[in-house]
Amino acid sequence: MVGSNARRSRWLALYLPLTFFMVFLLFPFYWMLVVSLKPNTELLDTSVNPFLLASITLDHYSYLFTDTDFVRYTINTFVVTVGSTILSLSVSILIGYALGRFRFKGGSFMGALIFLCYLVPPTLLFIPLSQVVSNLGLYNSYWALILTYPTFLIPFASWLLMGYFRTIARDLEDAAKVDGASRLQAMWHIVLPLAMPGMLSAGIFCFTLGWNEFLYALVFMGSGEMKTVPVGVVTDLIRADVYFWGSLMAAGILGSVPVAVAYSFFVDNYISGMTAGATKG
Amino acid sequence: MIPASTERAGIPLVPDRKEPFLVRLLRRESTLAWLFLAPGLLILAIFMAYPFAYGIYISLTDALVGFSGTKVIWFENYQRLLDDPIFRKTVRNTFVYGFGTVPFKLVLGLSLALVLNQQFRFSRMFRAFLLLPWIVPTAISSLAFLMLYNGVLSPFSLVLKDWGIIEKNINFLGTPVNAIISLCVANIWRGIPFFGISILAGLQAVPDDLNEAAALDGANTWQRFWVVTWPVIQNITLISTLFSIIWTFADFQLIYVLTKGGPANSTHVFGTYSYQTLGYTDLGTAAAISLYMFPFLAVLAVVLLRFIRTDD
Repeated sequence: MVGSNARRSRWLALYLPLTFFMVFLLFPFYWMLVVSLKPNTELLDTSVNPFLLASITLDHYSYLFTDTDFVRYTINTFVVTVGSTILSLSVSILIGYALGRFRFKGGSFMGALIFLCYLVPPTLLFIPLSQVVSNLGLYNSYWALILTYPTFLIPFASWLLMGYFRTIARDLEDAAKVDGASRLQAMWHIVLPLAMPGMLSAGIFCFTLGWNEFLYALVFMGSGEMKTVPVGVVTDLIRADVYFWGSLMAAGILGSVPVAVAYSFFVDNYISGMTAGATKG
Repeated sequence: MIPASTERAGIPLVPDRKEPFLVRLLRRESTLAWLFLAPGLLILAIFMAYPFAYGIYISLTDALVGFSGTKVIWFENYQRLLDDPIFRKTVRNTFVYGFGTVPFKLVLGLSLALVLNQQFRFSRMFRAFLLLPWIVPTAISSLAFLMLYNGVLSPFSLVLKDWGIIEKNINFLGTPVNAIISLCVANIWRGIPFFGISILAGLQAVPDDLNEAAALDGANTWQRFWVVTWPVIQNITLISTLFSIIWTFADFQLIYVLTKGGPANSTHVFGTYSYQTLGYTDLGTAAAISLYMFPFLAVLAVVLLRFIRTDD
């Protein structure tokens, strides 16, 4: 009796809702995958079950590589994402360190200011920023995005790293300083290595935020072959005829892979990192 | 302080002689702190603070893309927008979209967190998978919805027709009401994992022994949730909610990909309407549209700031 009761509550509390979430949250990806592998003849044939594959084709994927600029878009996205991540991470480590470990006048004010910057959405800034980008002669170049992505990457990464640096005991650094190490040496040799997981998460988040960005990429780097993957897929691959769905979904699958891989390895870091130090205990 | 006479007495002042001015300055915590902040603040000043101020200026002018010789027209753009029926709809949509989706995301996200917080086989794998809607570029996942909502190919229509529930395909994005609902569903879909994962992080702090003690005292699951769990995750839940409202408020990609603000400009939010106006080269009005978001965002930001720890 007890056993069947426990089993029933296990079903209600775990398996049933888990199934619901799996179906609801993953169905669009399943659909993308199925369509991307489905021959065009099957796509419009209503007599076959649309959720299953009768036969598999890689035509849509090969079409992407041979007949579109998809490869170029991928390269663009990598350049921009890696560039802005490196830039943002380096300055954010400094900001996070200063705000997390130094006591100075104006410190908590600057912390609040950085946090407010994080709340400024690209939709609020993109109009004047497009003018700044074009006045600087950066329009449609990699620098247009490498320099503007940090506006949302720096606040995020700094905030996250500030929380991380705070969790590292001050005693360690003090001990090093007593041993004759300067403050900078202590930072470099003691604190930074300990903050490695935090820096890793911050880097991954920057990478995915950069990879996923859409509006700035659309407005500042959205013409010709300089598009990023999300922009290129949306603006180039949607065509007037009905047979573009296969390659569109294939592009969606391929465009999601880099971030999905980055996260799946670091999902635990993500969970702890996102809220590190940000909330009142 | 070392008296000046010692120097005259010929005793070398080790710290002063060996350490130049710069090094002494660097020993001071506040100097070093501002030095550390400088590069980041410089980038934020050039690409955030300056554009923000410049945006306010643009919104007060009749600037057109590619034309020089703009003149200041003060609040004309803002005033004209108040009488613009599309802009009014935009404001309404933004509130529907921002406040209509968040309760669903919150409740479903909280449930997801409570589910994932249990011990079961492959739980790590499930966590990683269920995070996908939040991780994958929204522009790309919106493409999946674009097809799922397609008038001809939508599998939902096919299934419902097969079951005899509907006779004609559902026009998911073709009518204003349908389109708003479809957008909200896609937005809810994307936002659930964010709530799920942040609340899951909060749940790690719930003391197990307290939960067990409450269970021994005869508290049922519901009571234990409110007495033991909720106080711990209350804050993170609130913070996630405010974040989600801000992001939904300022959304762009999902709506741009699915409807571009259509049909007949009925589903615009600030971002898409501003972008469309920029396409008509009307820079001043476009800037004014997006700046109309600012008061709402500022209020939300001030509320959010109260719940966030900025000191240690």
